[in-house]
Amino acid sequence: MSTETVAATAPAATAPRRGGPAPRQGLPKPVARTIRYGLLVVFVLIVLMPLYVLVVTSFKSGREIGVNGQWNLPETWTFASWAKAWTALGPSFGRTFQLAIPVALISSLIGAANGFVLSRWRFPGADVVFTLILFGMFIPYQAVMIPLRDVVSWLGVAPGIPTLVLVHTVYGIPICTLIFRNYYATIIPEELIEAAQMDGAGLLRTFRSLILPVSVSGFVVTVIWQFTSSWNDYLFAIFLSNTRNGPITIALNALAGAQSPDYAAAMAGALITSLPTLLVYVLLGRWFIGGMMAGSVKS
Amino acid sequence: MRHRRRTWIPGLLLISPSLILLAVFVYGLIGWTVNLSLQDRHNARPAKGYVGLDNYTKLFTSDINDRFTHSLKNLLVFTLVFMVGTIVLGLIWALLLERRAKAEGFWRTVYLFPMAVSFVASGVVWRWLMNTGEGDNAGGINAIFHGLGLGFLESPWWTDPDWGMAAMAVPAIWQLSGYVMALFLAGFRGIPEELREAAVVDGATTFQLYRQVLFPQLTPTILSALIITGHMSMKMFDLIMSVSGAQWLTEVPAVYVWQTLLTRDYAKAAAISVFLLLIVAVVVVPYLIHVNRSEKRS
Repeated sequence: MSTETVAATAPAATAPRRGGPAPRQGLPKPVARTIRYGLLVVFVLIVLMPLYVLVVTSFKSGREIGVNGQWNLPETWTFASWAKAWTALGPSFGRTFQLAIPVALISSLIGAANGFVLSRWRFPGADVVFTLILFGMFIPYQAVMIPLRDVVSWLGVAPGIPTLVLVHTVYGIPICTLIFRNYYATIIPEELIEAAQMDGAGLLRTFRSLILPVSVSGFVVTVIWQFTSSWNDYLFAIFLSNTRNGPITIALNALAGAQSPDYAAAMAGALITSLPTLLVYVLLGRWFIGGMMAGSVKS
Repeated sequence: MRHRRRTWIPGLLLISPSLILLAVFVYGLIGWTVNLSLQDRHNARPAKGYVGLDNYTKLFTSDINDRFTHSLKNLLVFTLVFMVGTIVLGLIWALLLERRAKAEGFWRTVYLFPMAVSFVASGVVWRWLMNTGEGDNAGGINAIFHGLGLGFLESPWWTDPDWGMAAMAVPAIWQLSGYVMALFLAGFRGIPEELREAAVVDGATTFQLYRQVLFPQLTPTILSALIITGHMSMKMFDLIMSVSGAQWLTEVPAVYVWQTLLTRDYAKAAAISVFLLLIVAVVVVPYLIHVNRSEKRS
């Protein structure tokens, strides 16, 4: 039954609303429609403009990267800059997967457990505890950064990726907890838990067999969120790693950060860096917004 | 009573590893930083002792060229432009899409996609787009203005000593307006359809419908959009490092901390960090308390 609950909640928020009375329009319908779609197209062009520049420039040869014809398509398309960028970024590309995948999975699982406890298996003072957890997602990380390096090395965590996995997982707990708490508060009826308790199901069994199976939409949101934020992070990376053991943002900044960088290689590098997260968004974006809506529409 | 106790204790146990981690990594480390900011550790050697609030007052009284005040001013300009920009653009997009546009998924995905890109990557292209050359040397966006005969629009972008930080906010607006749009869309979709229908039956115009019926319902959404964009702005580091690098013109406190650490002035870096934390806390703590209370009421 619970699977249907989820399936029914997400579309319900976005169900079509045809058939209701239309408000009196200030403008005739075709005019309003033209303006509306015209604006949508203009905004799409503006938003995609940087992407156009990235793609076009990355395929240009060194001769063509000048002031003239910057916005034109390449006269000769070449992969040379992509090859150069890949040489610079390749090793860290693999390492960043070793960072982002564990972070996404572990912090989501922790967030689900916490969210479940804080919404449907509450203990006295749960609200205060939740607020204290939540504060952790707003802090400027500079306020913990100075001692952080000493603490992780004191704990014996290996530098580079293992350290970053630990740090991103810990600082990801607040947002994952928030997302799952709101999600469960929306989709899991209190009575369901009570019925499970009557049947003698303990916390772990209820969580594993009743809650986790209906948590897919929540996991999509937190996994995307944690994957992209650990993949894209630069602040922790620059404090806790270097070009030899760090993630791809460090390598990209080394490639592109020079005073007068090789723009073709830098842009190819920026595209390589962005491909995994873009892919995640394009493939899962639908569910991301759907899940965000399910999570934000509070009871 | 005994039975109830037995049921809630496992919950507390399940959550306690997280609580311990956050107690150490959030509150413990903040405490450590605060402690450090009260000492005189201005180089690699251990501190000699406590100096009270000296490190804080010195930021305002004896910082060379008023560097800290300068970074705060930069942060203020950046924050205002960034917040207004994302909220206005996000709201416009949500309004355009909120009534079932054709191919809504496509528009949404395009507007949201910049959010998937890291500031380091988008910094590469925005540095190129905000090329400061003008006239015949114009590059990037200036070249478009120049080519269209709109030379008066050409801009020195972030190198402008007064308004450079407003230009620095442009990439951030590009990146996060889609997220604000998604928040607003979720807000609109959460409004019961009966409210609209009732207003329309009463003869409200579209403008009245939004102004008097729908917008008041969006207050919580606007509040959370303000908090989310606001605290992101306070943390802004990656974007600035990647567009301009660390330099005087575009320095904000988050970058200043990094620069100060490079000179091993740990106590001063800690003081700036704590100050930044206080700015965020002054806004976020009342917000969290407010959310907590209003949830209890419902």
